[in-house]
Amino acid sequence: MDQAVVATDITRSDLLEMYYYLRLTRCVEDRITALYRQGRIVGGVYTSHGMEAISVGYASALKPDDVIAPFHRDMGAFLIRGFSPGEIIAQYLGKKGGPTKGKDGNVHMGDLKRGMIGFVSHLADNMPVAAGAALAFRIRGESRVAFAGTGDGGTSRGDFHEAMNFAAVRKLPVVFFCTNNQYAYSTPMRYQMAITDVAERAKAYGMPGEIVDGNDVAAVYLASKGAIAKARAGAGPTFLEFKTMRMHGHSEHDAAKYVPRELLEEWKAKDPILKAEQLLTQREYGDESYFHEIGERVKKEVEAGTESAEQSPLPEGPDTLVGVFATESEAQP
Amino acid sequence: MTTGTASQEVTYVEAISQALDEEMSRDERVFLMGEDIGAYGGAFKVTEGFLNKFGEWRVLDTPLSESGFVGAAIGAAMMGLRPVVEMQFADFISCAFDQITEVAAKNHYRWGAAVPMVIRAPFGGGVHGGPFHSECPEGWFFHSPGLKIVAPSTPYDAKGLLKAAIRDPNPVLYFEHKFLYRRIKATLPQEDYIVPIGKADVKRTGRDITLITYGAMVHLALDAAELLSQDGIDLEVVDLRTLIPLDKETIYTSVRKTSKAILLHEDNKTGGIGAEISALLAEDCFDCLDGPILRIAPPDTPVPFSTPLEEFFLPKVSDIVASAKKLAAY
Repeated sequence: MDQAVVATDITRSDLLEMYYYLRLTRCVEDRITALYRQGRIVGGVYTSHGMEAISVGYASALKPDDVIAPFHRDMGAFLIRGFSPGEIIAQYLGKKGGPTKGKDGNVHMGDLKRGMIGFVSHLADNMPVAAGAALAFRIRGESRVAFAGTGDGGTSRGDFHEAMNFAAVRKLPVVFFCTNNQYAYSTPMRYQMAITDVAERAKAYGMPGEIVDGNDVAAVYLASKGAIAKARAGAGPTFLEFKTMRMHGHSEHDAAKYVPRELLEEWKAKDPILKAEQLLTQREYGDESYFHEIGERVKKEVEAGTESAEQSPLPEGPDTLVGVFATESEAQP
Repeated sequence: MTTGTASQEVTYVEAISQALDEEMSRDERVFLMGEDIGAYGGAFKVTEGFLNKFGEWRVLDTPLSESGFVGAAIGAAMMGLRPVVEMQFADFISCAFDQITEVAAKNHYRWGAAVPMVIRAPFGGGVHGGPFHSECPEGWFFHSPGLKIVAPSTPYDAKGLLKAAIRDPNPVLYFEHKFLYRRIKATLPQEDYIVPIGKADVKRTGRDITLITYGAMVHLALDAAELLSQDGIDLEVVDLRTLIPLDKETIYTSVRKTSKAILLHEDNKTGGIGAEISALLAEDCFDCLDGPILRIAPPDTPVPFSTPLEEFFLPKVSDIVASAKKLAAY
């Protein structure tokens, strides 16, 4: 898996677009981290730093009417689904302009119109939910796919098992993934499971399991594309294990002293942006000046987003009482 | 198929089947999931014949996996379908607690995603089910904002409330009392009707004491009311029908009239629905009360199995009579 994927099936424009989203994701999260350090964000900040290739890769492989139940380190998927940096930063600031209008914070955002199922902190809870979305597609005979994931820790939960089993039994059009970033908060893989590769778990459900280099956006894209095509064709679910490394703490308050420094050094050399730049250079799709230009572009976008988020009003106290129940018109898809 | 012609008397369980059948015929978005509901027709035969009529993608036998299929129902509901899932016994709903309270209940509040789904849960004792087949778990969910909870006591209400639950854009927990399944009958209207969620029903009008209850206990209350009338005590029986949202107006109107209240339920006493209504009455109707608010409920134990133990556990007509006489003396 350490070998670079020969990305012959990816067009130049797809690769360039994914590169742009890798940079935008990094830039948005770096800004959020900076705001957190300035004390302007209350609550947790969970980033995908060093893991951006996963959500950028899989979200690029999906069609717009497919649905995503993201892991909590999948900022790239939100950006690709059209959540603007302004909306996202407003969410982190608890502003009215965020997708949840202040009802929930950080990565706990969703929007059915953009095919994003809101993240639930109880890891793996959204895996059966995604199987159910796929069931709806199957019942209605639609050519749509659900894509849902959790972390290495999340695969220890019963809901992971129940979702994998149910989806396999009914051959539902869903792709499950695990972002194996080697730590669940502070708990390393060796205390989480007695196997080395999470992908092995797929066998037990009669489902193919595939190990993918999670830091290689082209590899993630191609593996996702294949699994999605299979699901769409009615051949049932696939489980993808994206191997990566969590480069920051669980949340930004966590210095992650429990992670050996050499491990971080090793993975720093495999940074997904660096890898993408190597691929683009090798295929002569981009060079240093192009990378610089994209960097400037995303910086400007995040700058504008930060400004609009800051201008967004905070919710009013009594807004607390709004929205416990849905009205009939809201239940229409 | 249990669907009879509408002019025939139907049992409580047949009323539930009719509601499902009619809603599935009316709205193709409605589908069923649960354990053994297909070829077998469900542990209580509620869905007998449904598999043949509606096919395997509208009547899905699931793995033994309550959390998984409740989660799947949430996903399908968000995609525009109207799932109705069956807990084989309400007791097993604990396996799906997380999906119900954290995902279904909070999705709309958090990020605006409506979750129109129904969870049918056969609950209650009196059938020698023991600690795992007799529970009344509604109290756990009574405390979780975002859920609606109904518990019908008659075939009419069972059918009308299930239809209303299926048409509601929110997650609705539908507690059907399995003691009532084949013990009560009624002639139902021929035309389509619903019983609106959020409306209690005065099942017996009386002037002396208000007894507030739901589920199978309604029938116990009505039996007690007949006995008490011989002693000149006129009991008003309020059947909540919906636990969330609670029909405070009907409760308060009745208590303001009688000035005395008894709360009766089959769920354990501590932290139960009776405790909440008692607190509401103390807060909002204190000035009209002529006596203490009394609760009749089982002791704080699991539901025991052996006949004398279960009989001891469950509220009895004599408990109601004793409480009513005590309260009438004020």
